[in-house]
Formats: sequence, structure tokens, C-alpha cells
Amino acid sequence: MTTPLLTVRDLTVDFDGHPAVRGVDLDLHRGETLGLVGESGSGKSVTALAVLGLLPATARTGGSVRLDGRELLGLPARQLAAVRGRRIAMVFQDPLSAFTPVHRIGDQIAEAVRTHQDVGRTAARKRAAELLDLVGIPDPARALDAFPHEFSGGMRQRAMIAMAVANEPDVLLADEPTTALDVTIQAQVLEVLRTARRESGAALVLVSHDLGVIAGSADRVAVMYAGRIVEAAPVDELFAAPRHPYTLGLIGAVPRLDGRGGPLVPIPGRPPAAGEPARPGCAFADRCPLTEDRCRTAEPPLTGTGTGSASGTGDHRAACVRADHLAATRPAPAEVYPVPALPAAVPRPRAARDSVLAVRGLTRSFPRHRGGLLRRRAGEVHAVDGVDLDIRQGETLGLVGESGSGKSTTLYEILRLAAPQGGRIELLGQDTAALDRAAVRRLRSRVQIVFQDPAASLDPRMPVGDVLAEPLLAQRTPKAEARRRVPELLRQVGLDPAHADRYPHEFSGGQRQRISIARALAVRPDLLVLDEPVSALDVSVQAGVLNLLQQLKAELGLAYLFVSHDLSVVRHLADRVAVMYLGRTVETGTAARVLTRPRHPYTRALLAAVPLPDPPAERARPRLLLAGDPPSPAERHLGCPFRPRCPVHAALAPEQRARCATETPPALPAAPGVDHTATCHYPD
Amino acid sequence: MSVELAAAAEQSPDEPSVPRGRLRLAAARVAGSRGALVGLVVLVLLFLLAFVGPYLTPWDYAAPDYGSLRQPPSGTHWFGTNGLGQDVFAQTVRGLQKSLVIGLLVAVLSTGLASLVGACAGYFGGWTDRVLTFLVDLLLIFPAFLVIAVLSPRLRGSGWIAFVLLLAVFNWMVTARVVRSMTRSLREREFVAAARYMGVGPFRIIWRHVLPNVSSFLIIDATVTVGGAVMSEAALSYFGFGVRPPDVSLGTLLAAGAADAPVFPWLFYFAAGLLVLFVLAVNLVGDGLRDALDPTAAAGRHRPRSRRGERTRRGDRRRPTRSTDTPSRRSTP
Amino acid sequence: MTRYLAGRLGYYAALLTAAVFLSYALTGTALGPRAYFEAKQPRPSAASVDRQLTALNLNDRTPVVERFGTWANGLLHGDLGRTIHGTSVNEEFGRRIWVSLRLLLVGSLLGMLLGVAAGAWSAVRQYRLSDRTLTVLSFVLLSTPVFLFALLLKNGAIAAKNAAGHEVVPFTGYETPNLAGGIGAHLADWALHLLLPTLSLALGGLATYSRYQRATMLDVLGADYLRTAEAKGLTRGRALLKHGLRTAVIPMTTMFAYAFLGLFTGAAFTETIFGWHGMGEWFIQAVNEQDVNSVAAVNLFAAVVVLAAGLLADALHAALDPRVRVG
Ligand code: SF4
Ligand code: SF4
Repeated sequence: MTTPLLTVRDLTVDFDGHPAVRGVDLDLHRGETLGLVGESGSGKSVTALAVLGLLPATARTGGSVRLDGRELLGLPARQLAAVRGRRIAMVFQDPLSAFTPVHRIGDQIAEAVRTHQDVGRTAARKRAAELLDLVGIPDPARALDAFPHEFSGGMRQRAMIAMAVANEPDVLLADEPTTALDVTIQAQVLEVLRTARRESGAALVLVSHDLGVIAGSADRVAVMYAGRIVEAAPVDELFAAPRHPYTLGLIGAVPRLDGRGGPLVPIPGRPPAAGEPARPGCAFADRCPLTEDRCRTAEPPLTGTGTGSASGTGDHRAACVRADHLAATRPAPAEVYPVPALPAAVPRPRAARDSVLAVRGLTRSFPRHRGGLLRRRAGEVHAVDGVDLDIRQGETLGLVGESGSGKSTTLYEILRLAAPQGGRIELLGQDTAALDRAAVRRLRSRVQIVFQDPAASLDPRMPVGDVLAEPLLAQRTPKAEARRRVPELLRQVGLDPAHADRYPHEFSGGQRQRISIARALAVRPDLLVLDEPVSALDVSVQAGVLNLLQQLKAELGLAYLFVSHDLSVVRHLADRVAVMYLGRTVETGTAARVLTRPRHPYTRALLAAVPLPDPPAERARPRLLLAGDPPSPAERHLGCPFRPRCPVHAALAPEQRARCATETPPALPAAPGVDHTATCHYPD
Repeated sequence: MSVELAAAAEQSPDEPSVPRGRLRLAAARVAGSRGALVGLVVLVLLFLLAFVGPYLTPWDYAAPDYGSLRQPPSGTHWFGTNGLGQDVFAQTVRGLQKSLVIGLLVAVLSTGLASLVGACAGYFGGWTDRVLTFLVDLLLIFPAFLVIAVLSPRLRGSGWIAFVLLLAVFNWMVTARVVRSMTRSLREREFVAAARYMGVGPFRIIWRHVLPNVSSFLIIDATVTVGGAVMSEAALSYFGFGVRPPDVSLGTLLAAGAADAPVFPWLFYFAAGLLVLFVLAVNLVGDGLRDALDPTAAAGRHRPRSRRGERTRRGDRRRPTRSTDTPSRRSTP
Repeated sequence: MTRYLAGRLGYYAALLTAAVFLSYALTGTALGPRAYFEAKQPRPSAASVDRQLTALNLNDRTPVVERFGTWANGLLHGDLGRTIHGTSVNEEFGRRIWVSLRLLLVGSLLGMLLGVAAGAWSAVRQYRLSDRTLTVLSFVLLSTPVFLFALLLKNGAIAAKNAAGHEVVPFTGYETPNLAGGIGAHLADWALHLLLPTLSLALGGLATYSRYQRATMLDVLGADYLRTAEAKGLTRGRALLKHGLRTAVIPMTTMFAYAFLGLFTGAAFTETIFGWHGMGEWFIQAVNEQDVNSVAAVNLFAAVVVLAAGLLADALHAALDPRVRVG
């Protein structure tokens, strides 16, 4: 094997004595992509930052980082600056905050060029335009003069990549480069990252929490847990035959779009927060189903586990005393982790169940204002522009769409319990346009919401008991009775009733989301609106919450309106699916049909963009990249709103195209009586 | 059932704190800052001096001792005497007392008014907001000093309480602006939305969710306002627009002693020193409170940034309307 | 950007109109020019008092709205009315405005520039000795009211004079009367006279600005874009200056507007204490003389100055921050 380009040995980082990285070894070879996977607080980002010496001053870094044999740690600031951006460049997670808001994009890229190359202003600007062109930004000459806030998220991330490759670095560190982006944009950006890597020949370190992203891009993978690497292997082998129980659990916890993999495996407990004091022995011991006495005595070293394994190519190392056992038996996640038996709901035929929510042709637009005291109207934003939804008792409707598709606005319109701007909302058989105040109050108790971010949706200044009692008190339930319900609710979502007097910040993210769910359940609703309920949670914790939701649904006969950008999660949970694009539902139907046999070109593109946590499958998949960003809902188009990006339309004969351009496609069922509609003139 | 087990095991071990842990934490942080601690001790001592001081000296602040006019500090007259033979120590503690009471009252009143107006403007938005904001800006344009000075002859008869009211009325606007903008962002927070969707009424939401969440700021602000009000009182009284003889405050003492300061320094510098000392102590405590209570304050933010980054998973961006709203407008003066 | 500023300008114009009316109404009803005339020796007759009051547009028997109308009409024609002594307010205004503006401009600019520099430096050196020293210093400054500060400086100057036997730093007025010599000597004389009053104004501002600048700079120190700047190879110093400070000064524009409010009050005190015949001193004098028109003139001046500062702050903000230019 050639000598590695970048070697990290026994890297340690601590913040005020709290360890965040505890002895990491990495090798990066020329031209390869190394995936660094881990949950929040695992130290993966800190590791990446430490390589470039970009950690805040309170961090203490130890060990060794060598680039081509030259030690980087402890290098004088000036010499380190010469390496940064020139030989090792970095792509950050959130490109909005990573660009200086007050300087133009072009100037910031040109600055990167001029810092390391002795070129003039105009030459640097020209180079910046080339770079923007390379990453696929349309009209680069004009884009140079844009400010960061004028770019969309995807464009910003492209520009970020352009800036990183400006000096053709040898190593590219990408820290969660697609985390804040929509799937179709994520697919674009990953493609750009690949192009950029190819063009510059750089080696890439891809830091991500998303196993799917890693599976599709990395050659080798290192899994981090509690500040250490617990397993490192070539990508195929890691996914096929993990040798660390944590990796195994992680793979089992991810819901998969292809539906394979069976029930989700929740890893019990929660990942340790960064800087939590380490106990002796294996850091995973508290959550590990295979734990033994010897696990708690000494931390197992990261070692190769012989060549006895079947596909023992490359070096596969794991930090687990039972790695050999796992390598030999190759169990499925569910064989190692206890999987809850979920009570199956008895499915009555759909037609026999009551309608819980029926939305027809819902529209909602917001005026755009200009000016200060005397605000003038300057056009309208059509956030929701024709949404049809249908939920029956005991079923889950997954509402899918990218940012700006109007999902959230749709929810808030439903929850307003007032006459919609356009269309009709029928909740539990009652038209919301015809409700008086008393009826609104009564209905409030029958539809409840769980928000995305459990940290934001619980009042930090209120003990959990009061949080849970609040909806009851709002429904004028007597205080004593509300108090009685609290322990019952906590038990229902799997929390300790004795913790009712604690404050939200004393709970972990997963627990807080359980509290949110309990609060929603307090008034015994019929419909639960779940607004991205697991997207703020770590994968290993998310599985537990998803299982809880399924269990509650079966036990209480709830109906869910489940909003998510994550098709895999929707696939896992939903009975029916509605896909939204630019304020409209473009495809609806049973989950099985919509997600396996999509009819609308947008749905197909969306599904194609979701990465699978399965390297061979991911590589084999046809890549179907959707061009461009979603257009602004401020403009209304004649005909099909998807037309500018539609690959089907692009391939049509001119006479067929005319129809897309002039007629708005209606929602048509696949066949009479089949629960599967698509709004496209040329479906399938 | 293993779902329950899973959740129970999720218990965070790092914070075994009791419910009131937050308060205790804040107290510990205040105590941990040397400046705040010194400030606190000084404040307590000054309050003691102001309220116990009058009983320590046999002299009354108003009664003249004709035997000693303009005498420097001595065993009999600790801070000396003034031109009328009044005991400067008795006067100073009396003045300090009045100034402190004025400062406290102004702080309580103006903070109350500010939180009321700010929370309503921020929570209700729309025309309520526009009207209240205009009012706030209007009151802000004129230096309070000008208005109080103009009004003061009219209020000559109503004593220092009217003066307190005036100070409070012209002191709340900046605080209200901050409360307003905090409320605006709180209103968009999900726990407030959750309460709305549960059917909780607007005033109840303001009372139970908004005000508790701005309370840290209000406490800090009220603290600093005490200092500011004492300064305003002194300044206005110095120019004859505030507390008037025979009432005594630090301001009137400074006014009386300023001219003689180069020759009879004790007439001026005791009052001046106490004034600066008090405001300094208040500011130190305020700063310590800010570090302790305000999670956005600089002191609490040395954690690695990447943690935050990892935690915020992607999610639906906010409703599109919001982005077309004008970016948080800079405030008027 | 122009549109943004035009919007602000419209808002300020509305504020100004409302403020001018309210302040006139307040002054017109709260002050008692009648008492001033009645207290004259020999005591004039009631009719003569009335006549004099009406002539000066001060008669409290005329509804205040009507008096405001007369005054505003005059204002629109550039006439601010007459003082209670019958002299022209315009003349007095013209004489004093430069005295005040000199003090306000120099004081505020000095305070702001020094404050921003000190604050940014302090933030970068957080918790070092220099930061701590600056912090203690700014706290002491913040805890000293301007008038007290001015008094202390004046007393110091007097003490210095007594010790040296001659005036070391001038502490009364804004120029030496009947000074011989050329323009250079005059300028030097002006500068010397400006020293103490400006100092007493600027130091308070300096302390305030430096605290805020320190806080915003600390915010920025942890910002992602600063890390990006370093990641592309800028040295820390350059990154701090070009990306950090550049962004951290934006909130200062708001401070600038707020600080001007306090500054005007401070200037009134400073002028009185150092014997400058400026707007502030005029105001205090006029209130004591029940001189409604003069007070109204100063109020107008204050409102215009404060709003001009606000508009300037808006313009600065828009110039510094591309995010507000849209809309
Ligand atoms: S070392 Fe023990 S506790 Fe740790 S992962 Fe392996 S089996 Fe589990
Ligand atoms: S109607 Fe035409 S443009 Fe629209 S999705 Fe179908 S094929 Fe594409």
C-alpha cells in the first residue's frame, strides 16, 4: 500500500477538560473518499476541524496530524494558514452561516484564490467565475456579484465547494455538506462534490450522520462513537458484515426506502453528549446487547480481526471484544437487538372507517409587503395552491415534499380551524368554515400537533407536569383531574412518571419528543399531526420514537398526518402518501403503490434521490438528477408547475409538450377504483 | 415492554439536578464572578448605610449646628458640615436613601410598563404593533430630560413621587423594544404555537409562556435601570428639575456642593463618590446576572460549535411567507 | 437601498411631525409666560400683559392648537418666533446651533471611533489583562453621569490652575474673547476649549460603545464564517478584520442612534457646566424664564438631530449590511 497522504495518530481533543475526541487514528490515501460516520456528539466534526486546527481556543488538541509526513499540529499560525485552503480545504455544513453575510460570493471565492496564488484582482475574479461554472451555478458571471443570502441553500453549498477547490487542494474535508439540504438538492451537491473531487484529484473526507450518503460516496468508512473510532472498514464490508454492535445497530435503526430490513431496531439509551466523562471500559457498554463483564474493565482497542472472515479484503478493524464473534456469525441487527413486538392494528376495510380529515382544493397565499409604515402590497406568495388530503380513522398519511413545497403551511391551515382562503377542510366530518367558538374549542381537543424540534416545542421554563396539563386546562378540565392524568401520560410514552417535576432541559432529545407526544395525547385526540417528528433526532433514538408512534397508533386507534422530508421514514410509517410540489399535491395513494410504482415524474425523481444505506444497491441505482432549484411560489405558471424541471416533459415531442405548457393537469387515478392518483398529463 | 425500557434508559445522567436547578445554577454563576460578588456586597452595604445610617449619627439632616459652619470632617461631624451648619453625613445618607428609593421605584415601574407594551406589541403584531411602536419611537425622540424639565414647574407641588412617575414614563421605551423583538421571536417558537393550537388564550400565553421566557432579560434590565434612574435623578436634581429642597437626594447635594468643591471638597465628593460607587455596583451585578441568566451571553458560549451543527438536522424551512418578510428591521432611534 | 431609506425617511417625517406638535403643546401648556410678565416690576396691567403675550404668540387664553398653527406657519416660513424678551429666536438659534453641533459631532464621533476600537480589541483579547483593564475602566465610566464627569473635569482644571498659577486648560466658554493672532491661533484656541467638554461627552459614549462592540465582536468570534475565512488560509488577524469586525460593526449603527439620545442630554449639561452658550444651556435658561418659543426651538432642534442621527444610522446600516437593502 502507498504511503497515506494524511495520517492522523492518536488525535485527542478536549474542551475545558471534557474529552470530545479520544484517540483517533485515520489514514487517507490519494484520491480516495473516507466516510466518517457518527451521531451528534460522537466527535466526528471535531476531528475534522482539529485536522485543520480550526477549533476554538478553548480546545486542547493532542496527538499527531501529518500531511505528506509533515506535522500540522503545533505548526506556527502563518505556516498553518499556508496549508489551509491550499493543501487541505474544508466544506462546512451550513453554507448560510459559513459565508460572511456582508461580502459578495465572488469576492469571497476570489479571496481564497488570492490568498494562495499571486494573481491580480481580475484574474482571481475570472477564476472564481470558472469555479462557479464548474459546480454548475448558472450564469456564473452574474452570480459573482450575489450576496450569500440571495442564493438558495443548494447554490450556497455549491459555491462553498467551489471555494474549497479554488486552489486544487490535496485533501477536501466535507463536514455534513448536505445535512441542511433537500434530497434532490443533496443528490445534486453530492454529484458536484464527486465532480470537484475528480477535477482536482483531491482525497475526500466526508463527515456525515447519514449512512445512505456514506454508502453512496465513500470508499472506506470509519464509524465514530463517544470520541473514538469503533469500526473502520471498506464500505461494502462495513455494511455487509459489521463487526461492532454499534454499527450493526445503526444499520438496523435506519428505515429503508426499499422496505428491506424488517422492523426498526432501536438502540436503547442515547448517545453520550460530547464531553461527557468516560467511564472505564467500552463506551458503548450501557447500550450494548452483547455486553460482557470484560467490556467494562478496559476500553477495547481498535484492532483488525484476523482474515478469517469471509470477505476479509482490506483492513477491517473494530473496537469490540466480540468482534470476532460478530465477524463469524454475521447476525442481522434484529437478532442482536431486542425488537419490540408491535401490536398489529386490525385493518378494517378503508371504506368502512370514518373520515378524519378531508381537504379539497386548499389554497393559501400570503401578501408580500414592501415599505415601512405604509406597507404596499407587492405580489403574492402562493404557498398552498391546491392540496387534497384524505385521512381515515386509524391510518397514517405521509405528507412528503421538499422545503417550500407548502407542507407546513398546509398543516397550519388545517390547525387554524377556520375558514380556509380557498377550498374546503373537513375535520371529523365538520366543515371548519362553519364552526363557532365553542365548536372550535371542542375540535381543538380532537386534533393535536407534535413539532419537529422537541427542544423548541416545550417551554423551557415549565416543569414537564405543567406542560402535560396545559392542553387539559385549556380544555377546562378540572385541575385535580389534569394532575391525575400526568403520570398516566408519561407512562404511556415510556417515561418515568416520577419525573413530572423536572424541566424539559433535563431530558434528552428523544425523551423530549416523547413528552411532546404525551402532551398531544393528553386530550385524547383522534388525529395527531406530526410535523417532522423525528428529523431532529439521532438515528439510533429515532427508531425508538417511530416504534412508539406505531404502538400508540395501534393501541389508541389514532390517525396520523405525518409530515416528513424523509421518504424512508414515510415508507416505514405511512399507510398512504401524498406528495407535494410547489403548493400542490401531485401524487397520492397507498404507500406501497406510490413509493414503489410512482407515476408522477417528480415523485420518481424524489425517490431516485434518496440514498440507500446499502453500497452495492446504491451504486447500481440509476442516477436521476433533477435539475435546478424549486421555483419560487411567488410566481404562478400556466400549465404544469413542474414543467421547468420535468425530465419527462423534456423528452416529449413538441406537440405533446404544448399540453403541459397550457393545461394544468388534473388528479387522475391510475385505474378506476385504484387509490393512486397523479397530476400529470403523461404519468408512468 | 421494551419501548418503555428503551426510553427509561435514555435518562440523561449528566444532569441529576432538582427542578429548581436553573436558579441554583444562576446563583452559582453570579457567585462565581468576582465582579458581581463585589458589586453585590457593595450594594448591600450601601443599602444598610442608607437605611441604618440615619440612626448612627445624632445629627438630623436638616437641623443646623450653628457652632460649626463649613467644617471639614471630624469626630463630631463625620463628613463635615455645610454652609448652614448641617451635618453632611446625615444629609448624605438621607440623600442616598431617597435616591435609592427613587431608583428602585423607577426600575419596577418602567420594567413593568415595558414588558406590558413590548409583549403586547410583539405578540399581537399588526396594527397593535404598529401603533405601539410609533408611540415608543415618539417618546424616544425627545430626550426625557427635555420633557421632564418642561413639566417640572407644573409638578412642583406634587413632590418627588410625581418625579418618579415621570422618570419611569420616559425610561421604558428601549426595554419595550427589546421585549417586543424577543416576543416576536418567541411567538414563532413552537412551544407557543403548541399552546395556541391547544386553545390557550393570548393573554394566558403571554403570562405563562412569553413573560417567563423574557424574565431573565427583565431582571437584568431592571437592575441596570436602578443605576440609570439614580443617575438621571442626580442629573435632573442638579439642574433643579428633580427633587427639590427641603427634600434631599444625591442630586440636590451635588448641586449644593458643586460650586464649593474646589475649596470645600467634603461638600461634594462624599455624595459624588457614593453615587458612582452605587451605580458601579449595580452595573457589576447586572453584568454578572447577564452572564448567569442570559444563555446568549458571551460567558456561556465556549462550547465547541460543531455540536450544535451536528444536532440541527435538516428540516422543513419555515413557512415561505417568513422569508419574504423584511429582514428584521433596524430600529429607529 | 434608496427605496429602503425613502421608507425610513417617510416614517421619520411622520414621527417628527407628531413629536413637534406634542412637544409644542406640552411646552405651551406647561410653561407659564403669563406669570413671567405679571412678575415684572412695575406690575403691568392685565390688558398689557395680554397684549404682550398675544404679540409673542404666547397667550394661554388662545387655544394651544391655534398657537401651534401660528408657530408652525412661521416655522414653514423659516421663522421661529420671538423670545420672551422680544428678540428673534432665529438669531439666537443661528448663534447657538454651531456651538452645540461642534460639541455633539466631535464628541459623538470621537466616542464612537474610540469605543468601537476599544471594544473590538477587548473582545479579541478576552479575559487577558488588557481586556480586564478596559472592562473595569468602562464600568467606572459608565457609572459616572455626564454632568458629574464634567464637574470633575472642571474641578480638576480649577485645581490645576490654582496649582500652576495660570489657566492650564480652559474650562469656560468656547473661545478666548478678543484673541489676537491668525487663523491658526484661533483653531488652536478652539481645540483647547473643546478639550474638556468633548472629553466629558466622549468618554461616556466610548464606554457604552466599547461594551456593545465587545459583545457583538464576541458573538462574531464564534461565527462559522470566521472559521471559513481561516479555513481558506487567511491569518487570524486578517480574518478578524475583514470578516469579523466588518460584520460586528453593523449592530453598532443601532447603538449610534440610541447613543445620540443620551448625547443630547449630556451636551445640555456639559454646555451649562463649561459655560458654552449652546442649545442645551439655552434650553435650561429658557425653561426657567418660561420662554415657550425658545424651548420649542430647542425641542425642534433636538428632534431633528435625533432623527437625523437615526436616518444616518439607517443609511450606515444599509450601506454595511446587504441584507437590508432588498425590500
Ligand atoms: S466491547 Fe463489549 S460492550 Fe463494547 S461493543 Fe463490544 S460487546 Fe458491546
Ligand atoms: S404534466 Fe407534463 S410537465 Fe407536468 S409532470 Fe407531467 S409530463 Fe411533466
